[in-house]
Amino acid sequence: MKVLIPGALRSYTGRSQVEAEGDTLEMLFADLDRRYPGLRFRVVNEQAQLRPNMRIFVNGLGVRELQHALKHDDFVAVVLALSGG
Amino acid sequence: MSRASAPSSSAKKATARGKSVSAARLVVLVATRKGAWLFHSDAKRKGWTADGPHFLGHIISHVQLDPRDGRTLLAAAKTGHLGPTIFRSTDLGHSWKEAQQPPAFAPCAGLPGRSVDHTFWLTPGHASERDTWYAGTSPQGLFRSVDGGVNWAPLPSVNDDPQFREWMGSAQDGTPDGPKLHSVIVDPRDANHLYFGMSGGGVHESRDAGLSWSTLIQGMEVVEGFDAATVTFHDPHCMRMCPGRPDRLYQQNHCGIYRLDRSDNPSDAAWQRIGRKMPKLAGDIGFPIVVHPRDADTAWVFPMDGTTVWPRTSPDGRPAAYVTRNAGRSWQRLDQGLPESQAWWTLKRQAMTVDAQATPALYLGTTSGELWIGRDEGARWSNVARHLPEIYAVEVGEVA
Repeated sequence: MKVLIPGALRSYTGRSQVEAEGDTLEMLFADLDRRYPGLRFRVVNEQAQLRPNMRIFVNGLGVRELQHALKHDDFVAVVLALSGG
Repeated sequence: MSRASAPSSSAKKATARGKSVSAARLVVLVATRKGAWLFHSDAKRKGWTADGPHFLGHIISHVQLDPRDGRTLLAAAKTGHLGPTIFRSTDLGHSWKEAQQPPAFAPCAGLPGRSVDHTFWLTPGHASERDTWYAGTSPQGLFRSVDGGVNWAPLPSVNDDPQFREWMGSAQDGTPDGPKLHSVIVDPRDANHLYFGMSGGGVHESRDAGLSWSTLIQGMEVVEGFDAATVTFHDPHCMRMCPGRPDRLYQQNHCGIYRLDRSDNPSDAAWQRIGRKMPKLAGDIGFPIVVHPRDADTAWVFPMDGTTVWPRTSPDGRPAAYVTRNAGRSWQRLDQGLPESQAWWTLKRQAMTVDAQATPALYLGTTSGELWIGRDEGARWSNVARHLPEIYAVEVGEVA
């Protein structure tokens, strides 16, 4: 499936959109980490929780649960939450 | 009280060591809220060349040079959104590579799970342990790398110990930007002898490389009305071991300035509140403390306004370092060259350091983004850089 990568993580992927696989968001991030080592820990903490200022959208709908099921043709966007300062 | 004092007599001894001292190349490592900068100079320290920003936009808590090779740098980083990591350079910052396993808490049965918010403190290991490093985190955790900072392992004797966890409290019990494990110190005589401090949670010592720990809070005071026997209430801000006498430690605490002289009987250990000799108008509250590289009787502090709501500014808007040359029996103000009024910046606990040259210079990184050098052991201050982001940490080392 296609994954949109925010600018802050492009030092890992080198581009804004990549391909990765997984039956759940958790598995998707495991696959992303295999392809782009170190990426997962910047987004998901050691308690398997999405970090506070990260947002995930699956086909445009916000999701925080990493057990969320995915389909092969889903479009996943990893987004930095709006913040200031 | 005088406003300046002569450099320590140990300067003459160091000068006599020969040319190697004057041939040194120095690098000052500046960690800020928006990136890191390296400032290069030679032993004269007259001109500085800025190298940076590195990691522009990243929150850099600490950058350390490995004194064992004079080339390797570690940087503790995160961003406002991304999780924490460690970057490593083996060529003085020309290139950086991210750690494969940054500090992260292990699952711990029976205790609430925790997540590292940021690595706060980096300490190179003992000279005999070539690739060992220690890291202190927020929330409080102690980690060790034995491969030069590529992979980090938690120390369960601290991170997963129910007693330590009680002393650490929750994230709400710490400083405004998170409770911190800091001041990780390795005894230069013994790689197994370690110290660290926790804000809050006291001072702790291990003699078996971190397998077990004992608490060192005797003599330390706590906020009025609280029980000094309760480790949780102790808030050491910064602790330093004297390179010239490793049995002597100095500490800047939330409640004063202290000195600890270890004896053959560890149970005798008690901190002495040497800050009571500070001028009343300056007080003995602050964050950093710095020790002389050779003279164990000399240490510097940088007082901060800790009255009422804790403004965390220079007292009266008049920043100054203070030096003791007799192990805390008296203090002298060092402000020549610093702003004389209306300067409301202060220093974080890692933002003051000293080099090891024949006549050491001090270095300050301010919350307002200014880097200062204090020549002749802080007797004459001059500005090196301004308009940097808020400075979190300043270190200085000799480049190989």
